[in-house]
Amino acid sequence: MEARILTELRRVVGNEGLITQPQQLRTYECDGLTNFRVMPAAVVLPTSSEQVQAIVGLCARERIPFVARGSGTGLSGGALPIENGIVISLARMTRILEVDYLNARVVVEPGVINSSVTQEVAGAGFFYAPDPSSQQVCSIGGNVAENSGGAHCLKYGFTTTHVLGMEVVLPDGSLIHLGGKTLDHPGYDLPGVFVGSEGTLGIATKIILRIVKRPETIKTLLAAFDTTRQAGAAVSGIIAAGILPAAIEMMDNLAIQAAEASVHANYPNCGGLLLVELDGVTAEVESLMSQVREVCTANGAWEIRVAQTEAERIVIWKGRKAAFAAMGRISPNYIVQDGVIPRTALPKVLDEIEKMSGAVGLRVANVFHAGDGNLHPLVLYDRRIPGQEQLAEKLSGDILRLCIQAGGSITGEHGVGEEKKGFMAEMFSEPDLDTMQRVRCAFDPELLSNPTKVFPRPRLCAEKTGPYEPHPLEIAGVAEYF
Amino acid sequence: MPQRVSELAEELRSVVGEDHIRSATPQEAIDGVDPETVIEPGTSAEIGHVLEIADGAGIGVIPRGGGTKLGWGNPPRCADLILSTARLNRVLEHAWADMTVTVEAGCTVAVLQRTLAQHGQRLAIDPLWPERATIGGILAANDSGSLRLRFGSLRDLVIGITLALADGTLARSGGKVVKNVAGYDLPKLATGSLGTLGVITEAVFRLHPLPRQSRVVSFEFSDSAALGTLLLKVLDSQLVCSGLQYRASSGENAHLDVGFEGTAEGIAAQVEKLVRMTRLEPAADAGPQVWHIREALAFWLGGDSALVAKFSALPGDLGKVLERLVSLEQTHDLKWQMIAEGVGIGLLRLEATSEKLADIVLSLRTHLAGLGGSLAVLGCPAEKKSAINVWGSPADSIELMRRIKRQLDPHGILNPGRFVGGI
Repeated sequence: MEARILTELRRVVGNEGLITQPQQLRTYECDGLTNFRVMPAAVVLPTSSEQVQAIVGLCARERIPFVARGSGTGLSGGALPIENGIVISLARMTRILEVDYLNARVVVEPGVINSSVTQEVAGAGFFYAPDPSSQQVCSIGGNVAENSGGAHCLKYGFTTTHVLGMEVVLPDGSLIHLGGKTLDHPGYDLPGVFVGSEGTLGIATKIILRIVKRPETIKTLLAAFDTTRQAGAAVSGIIAAGILPAAIEMMDNLAIQAAEASVHANYPNCGGLLLVELDGVTAEVESLMSQVREVCTANGAWEIRVAQTEAERIVIWKGRKAAFAAMGRISPNYIVQDGVIPRTALPKVLDEIEKMSGAVGLRVANVFHAGDGNLHPLVLYDRRIPGQEQLAEKLSGDILRLCIQAGGSITGEHGVGEEKKGFMAEMFSEPDLDTMQRVRCAFDPELLSNPTKVFPRPRLCAEKTGPYEPHPLEIAGVAEYF
Repeated sequence: MPQRVSELAEELRSVVGEDHIRSATPQEAIDGVDPETVIEPGTSAEIGHVLEIADGAGIGVIPRGGGTKLGWGNPPRCADLILSTARLNRVLEHAWADMTVTVEAGCTVAVLQRTLAQHGQRLAIDPLWPERATIGGILAANDSGSLRLRFGSLRDLVIGITLALADGTLARSGGKVVKNVAGYDLPKLATGSLGTLGVITEAVFRLHPLPRQSRVVSFEFSDSAALGTLLLKVLDSQLVCSGLQYRASSGENAHLDVGFEGTAEGIAAQVEKLVRMTRLEPAADAGPQVWHIREALAFWLGGDSALVAKFSALPGDLGKVLERLVSLEQTHDLKWQMIAEGVGIGLLRLEATSEKLADIVLSLRTHLAGLGGSLAVLGCPAEKKSAINVWGSPADSIELMRRIKRQLDPHGILNPGRFVGGI
C-alpha cells in the first residue's frame, strides 16, 4: 500500500489504530473459516463513526476495496480480506450508547459483543433475543451483517427482527440513517435490506436494537430416541399440536459422542436427541410441556428429562452449544455446513446424507435446529490423509445441493460469504441474482464494500457518475459490466 | 397521453386476451387522475409482459389488488394503466406440515385465512378490510394490525417474494423456508414499497397455529393519561398479549383492549394477573370484533373536513401524542379519534375546517418528528395532498431510496410520484 495512504490512515486513527506489520496482519487473514486466507494490505481500527467515515471516504477516493470485520468468528469467510484491500475492524467500537427500558430499545456500537447486550439489561428483566452459539465472542455488527439466528430464533426471530435502525456509512463515505427508534418510517425498509447483506452495502456504525422482556417461565426438556427419524416425527407431532416452542434442537449419536467427550453434559447415549424449550406464562408452559412429553413418548422417547432449575437448564444446553467445537474430540478436522430444508424433508435428507457419507467413507455428525429446518451437518475428516479434504469439501457441497433440491436454502445463518458464492447460481436464477446486484449498485456503485463476497460474478454498475476508470476487479478479470 | 395506451392496446390484448382488457371507468380514478385502461393478467408471466410493454412506452402503471388503499400516498404523476392482480388469486401451496404457504398476490386475505384454517393455521396478521384487501396490497402498503405485538409485522412473516420488475423481469428472492440468509432480503424491500419497485406477484409466508382459545378484555377510563400508564405497565410486564389496543377520541372515554390467546389455563391466569395489576374490573368481555373497529376509522369517506393518518411513536410517547391532540382541540377546534397499538403505531381521524387541517397535520408531525416518530396521511382530498404533505420531509436516506428506485424502475413507470420524496 502506498506510503501516503498509510500516512493518511494513520492521521485518522493514530498509530495504535493502524496495523501494517505482516506478523500482526496474520491475525486478520481469515475469520472462523480458516481454509481461506488472504493477507490484507493494512488493518485499521477506528473508534468512532467519524473515523469510519474518514476511512471509507479515503477508500472511495483511492478506489481501495475494504472489508469490515467484527470479532472474526464468521463461518463463511465474510470477513476474508481482499487482495490489496484493507480490513476495517470495528473491534474498538464497543460502547453501549443508550438503554431505554421504557421502550425496550438499546443503542450500541458495532463492536459490542452479543452476550454483553443481554448482560447489560438482564438486571431489569430483559434479554437480547438472537443467540448464536458464538454469542460470547461475536459482535452485534457481525450479527447485522449475517442476520444471525441462534437456537431461539424459532420463536423470537433473527437479528433483522430485532434491529430497528442504524447509522450507516455508505461506501462513498456518506453517513445516513436507516430506520430509527420508531417503527414503519415512511420509505423503503432499508434496515431490512441492510441486515444480512454481509458487509456489501456499507458499514453500520450505530445499531438500534429491540430487547425483549424475559418470559415468566422457561422450561427445557431433553428426550432420547433410538433414531433421528423418530425424533423428527416427534417434532412434527409437536408442531401439528399447534405448539410453538422457543427452541427445538436435535443431535445425532456422533454429535452426542463429541459433546460428551468435550463438556460431559451427561446426555443419554441415543440415536436421536431432542432438546425442546418452552417459555411464556407459567400456567401455559406447564400445560404445554405435559403435551410435549406425551408427543415424545408417543413417538418412542425412552428417556425424558425436564430441567428443574436454571443450573440444570444450562447443563442441558451445554452439550448442544459446544457441539461444533466438540467435533475436535472425535475428528482431527471437520467442515460445518449450514443448509436449510423444509422440516418435513428431514427424514429423507438425513437418509440421503447417511448414504452419501457411506459412499465416500467419511462420517457426518448432525446437529439440527429442528424447529426451522436448519441443518448443521459436520463432515468429519483427517487432512493428513491425502485426498480427504477434497472429498470432505465435495461431500459438504453435495449436501448443500440436497438442501436446494429439497426446496430449502444454502444458508440459514452463517451467510454466503466466500464459501458458498458458487452455490448462489444453483439456488437462484440469473435474473434473481441480477436484481439483487442492482440493489447493490444503488448502495455501492463503485463496488468497494466487500466486493467479492456473496455473488458468484460481481457485476459492475454502469450507472454511475464520473469518467470511466477500470475497476480493480475488472482489471483482475473477476468482474464484468451489466 | 390517452392516445399512448390505445396505441398499445393491440399488443396488450395479445398478452392477456381481449376479455381481460377494458377502458377504465370514472370511478376508477386515483386521487383525481383518470386512468385510461384496466388490464387483468392471469399469470405472473403475463404481468411481466404487460410491464415490459408499458416500460417500453413509458406509460404510468398503477398496480391494484382490492383497491382499498389506492388513495394512500401522493396523487400519481400519471396513471395510464391500472394493472389488476385480481386473476392471480390462488393459494398455490399450503405446506401445512412445514408451516409455510405460497400464495398469489391477488388472493384476498380472507380467502387465504379460510384456506389455512382448514389445517388449523393462519397468517398471523389482522389487516384492514380482509375481505377485499389482497396479499400483494397489504404487503405493498405494509398494513399488519394488532397481532404485530406478538407475531411481528408482515416484514417478519414474509419469507419469499416474486417481484415483476418494470422491464418484465420476474425476480425471486427469499425462499420457502423460514430460516434463510442467502442473498439480499428483497421481500423486506418490497414490503411497504407501495408498488414502486415492482409488482408483487407471489409471496411465501411463515404461518402460525390458530389459537386454541382467545379472549379480549377491555377497560374504560375517563382519564386517558391513566390508561396510557396502564398500557406501559402491561408492555413492561411478563404478560404475553396477542393485542394491545388503545382507543381514544375527543370528548369521550378512552378504552384499552387487551387480547390473549392460548390454553384456557394460560388465558385465565393472565387475565387474573392483569386485573390484579390494574386493580380495575374490565368492562364486559369484548369480542374479537374490537380489533376491527379501526376499519371504520381508517375508511376515509371523502369530504373536505376529515383526514385519516397513520402515525408512529415510541410506546412511551403515546401520552405525548394524546396531549398534543387535546391541545389542538382547543386551539384548532379539532375533533379527533385515535386507535393505537402497543407497539406505537396508530391511526388518526382528524376533523376540522378545511383551512385548519393542514396546520393540524403540521403541528402533529413536527411534534412526532421531535419524538423520533412519523406521520403519514392516508386519506384526504386529493387537491389538499401537496399542501398537507402526505409523507413528511424525507429522511437523509432519500437519495439512496431514489437510487434503488432508479435501479429497479429506471423509467419510473410504477406508481410514479406516489411515494416518499415524490418517488
